Amino acid sequence: MNQDLLTICYLIGSITFIIGLKMLSNPASARKGNLLAAAGMTIAILGTIFLYQDVETGYLNNYAWIFGGLVIGAIIGTLAAKKVKMTAMPEMVSLFNGMGGACAALISIVEFNHLSKELISNPNPLFIPHEQPTVFIIVVGLIIGSVSFAGSMIAWGKLNGKVKDFSFKGQNILNLLVLALAILSAVYLVMNPLQHNLLYVILVLSLIYGIFFVMPIGGADMPVVISLLNSFTGVAAACGGFLYNNKVMLTGGILVGAAGTLLTILMCKAMNRSLKNVLIGSFGGNAKTSSTGPVSQGLYKEISLSDTAMIMSYASKVMIVPGYGLAVAQAQHACHELEKILTEKGVEVKYAIHPVAGRMPGHMNVLLAEADVSYDNLLEMEKANDEFPTTDVVFILGANDVVNPAAKNDPTSPIYGMPILDVELAKTIVVNKRSMKPGYAGIENELFFKPKTSMLFGDAKKVLQDLCAEIKSV
Amino acid sequence: MQSILHFITINQPIIYTVILMIFVGIEIIEKVPSVLHTPLMSGANAIHGVVIIGAIIVMGKAEPDNYLALALGFIAVVLGTLNVVGGFVVTDRMLEMFKKKKK
Repeated sequence: MNQDLLTICYLIGSITFIIGLKMLSNPASARKGNLLAAAGMTIAILGTIFLYQDVETGYLNNYAWIFGGLVIGAIIGTLAAKKVKMTAMPEMVSLFNGMGGACAALISIVEFNHLSKELISNPNPLFIPHEQPTVFIIVVGLIIGSVSFAGSMIAWGKLNGKVKDFSFKGQNILNLLVLALAILSAVYLVMNPLQHNLLYVILVLSLIYGIFFVMPIGGADMPVVISLLNSFTGVAAACGGFLYNNKVMLTGGILVGAAGTLLTILMCKAMNRSLKNVLIGSFGGNAKTSSTGPVSQGLYKEISLSDTAMIMSYASKVMIVPGYGLAVAQAQHACHELEKILTEKGVEVKYAIHPVAGRMPGHMNVLLAEADVSYDNLLEMEKANDEFPTTDVVFILGANDVVNPAAKNDPTSPIYGMPILDVELAKTIVVNKRSMKPGYAGIENELFFKPKTSMLFGDAKKVLQDLCAEIKSV
Repeated sequence: MQSILHFITINQPIIYTVILMIFVGIEIIEKVPSVLHTPLMSGANAIHGVVIIGAIIVMGKAEPDNYLALALGFIAVVLGTLNVVGGFVVTDRMLEMFKKKKK
């Protein structure tokens, strides 16, 4: 009876995951979808705690430990998720993803220890071949889980600036070597499950691979990497489902694994790069060599705040191009303020949103939505590009690579081929940046040296606030 | 060879589930507007937190004197809960902002 109830719990869980993800794909139902999946997850968890029965040991023990862990995790998780700033969301996702990966790896370790004790004590010669598939699943879960954990931690550190890009000659080869070694050890362990210490060798190799794998990849590629690691963790969770013949873990894990992989490919497509290209980390390497290449591109001109205020007040259409600089400066509210003041003066204000502006796809939408910017004013790239020819002033707020014309006309550039916002089609371009330093991809932007372009240096929030004051007084 | 074929036969339902779920996952994501990519990634992130169930089973099966299993299992439960709870709360926070702007 209880087992049947548990089956129902898992069925509900699986269905809510599918429907929840489906609802997440529509802005109107997204929030409900998330809550639905959360409810399904709660049912599956509670069902496991109270109804799960193991063939050998019966009902679960150690309730104090389980509830202790759940409570601690829930409190820390809620606090961290509630307190995190909107700008730090991508890091947070990466961090939580890493926790999931670590969880999968730990399950593998404990289960393997458990199994290896049985293998040693059971004299039946047929027992080892019988358990080999289980060893295989455990090892796969361990490798994927630990790569996901180590990689997510590095991605997290990179996004919040604690870890710098790091690569050396031949790193790709070394990476592949480490991975090959981990896989070879895994194969050997599956063949000879009694060599139980090999599991820790595999663990260490996988962790090293996870670190090396993300280390050389530039910040511009972090969204892709996080999405990929997200699907890795999904697969690791599915391994757990295999191990316990647990359908909800299996469906949830594979669902995320498949969806995450597709999402990763979609992101790569938005940047016109192949996944392979991202994975071998050639982006970071290229960017470094090209940034040390020819630097002097002529002179740029600065523009004063009052001049900017003037041209904007008398423009009929202003297009704002937000980028990571806006997110760093927490300037989304000031940005909305500027939009309101200009709209009051009869200026048409729109936002041009590049799909990979910021650190994650949709990053800018989330940020601007927080400041109550109307959904209708956010233009996606193709639509924005149609409107640039009729735009008087393009105001670039801390965006760089997504408006770099090198993506169109410099085949040697590492971002060559990435679709960009054609801001050059507009009459005037004002660029707000903190300095002339290149953007996250580490490459120069010739746009800043064009005669149409003027630079307005300073922190995005301060500049916007001062600009609002100036425009009010015009 | 024979053992591999046998393995496939025994685990047939699981293999079917895996294949079907791959298609479902792809089908669902395909229609997502890029605006929702970040919340979607975050939501998916929370869903793979289902790995917590494995952690609970590990924890619940550990013998009371097996301290290594208890300690590792406990850490796994904490980390898994972080993934689930943090993931859903972060996603909800993102989506809450989307809702406000709607007329």
